[in-house]
Amino acid sequence: MGRLRSLLIPGIDKQLLVRDALKVMPDLARRRFIAGGASLGALTLLTGCDVSDSFSAEDLLKKVSKFNDGVQALIFNPDALAPIFPESAITKPFPFNAYYDLADAPEVDGKKWKFEVRGLVDNKKSWTLEELYKLPQQKQITRHICVEGWSAIGSWTGTPLRDFLKLVGADTRAKYCWFQCADSEGYNSPLDMRTALHPQTQMTFKFGDEILPRAYGFPMKIRVPTKLGFKNPKYVISMEVTNDYKGGYWEDQGYNSFSGS
Amino acid sequence: MSVLTVNDEHATSTTTKIIQPAWVRVLHWTNAVAMVLMIMSGWQIYNASPLFSFTFSHSITLGGWLGGALLWHFAAMWLLMVNGLIYLALGFATGRFRKKLLPITPGGVISDTKAALTGKLSHDDLTKYNYVQKLLYAGIIIVGILIVLSGLSIWKPVQLQWLTALFGGYDFARYVHFACMAAIVVFMVIHVALALLVPKSLRAMIIGR
Repeated sequence: MGRLRSLLIPGIDKQLLVRDALKVMPDLARRRFIAGGASLGALTLLTGCDVSDSFSAEDLLKKVSKFNDGVQALIFNPDALAPIFPESAITKPFPFNAYYDLADAPEVDGKKWKFEVRGLVDNKKSWTLEELYKLPQQKQITRHICVEGWSAIGSWTGTPLRDFLKLVGADTRAKYCWFQCADSEGYNSPLDMRTALHPQTQMTFKFGDEILPRAYGFPMKIRVPTKLGFKNPKYVISMEVTNDYKGGYWEDQGYNSFSGS
Repeated sequence: MSVLTVNDEHATSTTTKIIQPAWVRVLHWTNAVAMVLMIMSGWQIYNASPLFSFTFSHSITLGGWLGGALLWHFAAMWLLMVNGLIYLALGFATGRFRKKLLPITPGGVISDTKAALTGKLSHDDLTKYNYVQKLLYAGIIIVGILIVLSGLSIWKPVQLQWLTALFGGYDFARYVHFACMAAIVVFMVIHVALALLVPKSLRAMIIGR
């Protein structure tokens, strides 16, 4: 994402500027500011229109994006599998991608890490990595498609999320599984329940048959081959099953929330 | 009696003078707006992960950053698609495509190209397209269909994976989508230049006559 930023906004990076300013703000004001401020910053850059002109355009675009969420949910076929590829098709090296450099990626201690399960579930216990590793795992070689346009084929192994949801007695009539991550800025992302129950949606513990390296989200990532890359959270620390739309790191900044592929 | 005849003649001559019917004009300008929005936001999206060793200047892109450009692109696509579908439906239903764009013969295209390049191409009757126009207009309709389909195949490579496969897979479909954009931009440059060279054709597309 660093690469993306430098390409997109030459000179002063307004997004980063906003984010720096956010760090000194109290938590409550933060989210509201992200929702309003960041997109406002983006829209002042629209076409050279001044800000007052952009407000109606921004509202309209947000409405259409919501409409597109609905259209995509309608198009989404829960039985349609993402194409699978042979080992030979795997992209090497598989790119590291985030809004920070690899050196700044979360370093999670696998022995201390616990996966917290909250919300509309019968069993709210937290899971250690050791416990999760004992669950039945499946492997998939699928295409990861980034919102930026590039794609790469990878091999992911882990437990189908739908099996885990069943195991913890999740209310699968709820609307979302909301994931939170260990990233310093608190990455999070909502996943609609129908996608969460898709057979290829996976709690991933391995990449290329080896324990998930730090670059790809150790200790756990959620692999969703029917969604764009940013809807595949890494360094996951908790999941909340909920009916509330709680927003997401990129979703709040304007990326389409459904972003199905 | 004679007055009546004159009036009749007058009425007939007015209706025959319509070069571009209202539906064509409305759809044409809607398409022009949609295309410009799609292309400018598309350039910004391209910049996030360029296919070639160049990017588009920020001053000619729309959306400010990738997220903003995607919002524009996925909003303007509805305008482009709905407008395009109406155009195709009416183009076939009214017989406009058949009457105005066909037949296209190689001989006709060659002789009209020569005439155009030597400045001998007649623009007296704007209701009839010459062979170069026929070829370009028919061609750009096909490119328009291809850019929408390849775009859908990039947008939905799982749900519409048969379509993505048809375009040679996800990565190749991006090149197809780009090539269609390039063809449309080249068409637009020629199209606008020629419309300005023959201003009465531009007038016909605005007021119909």
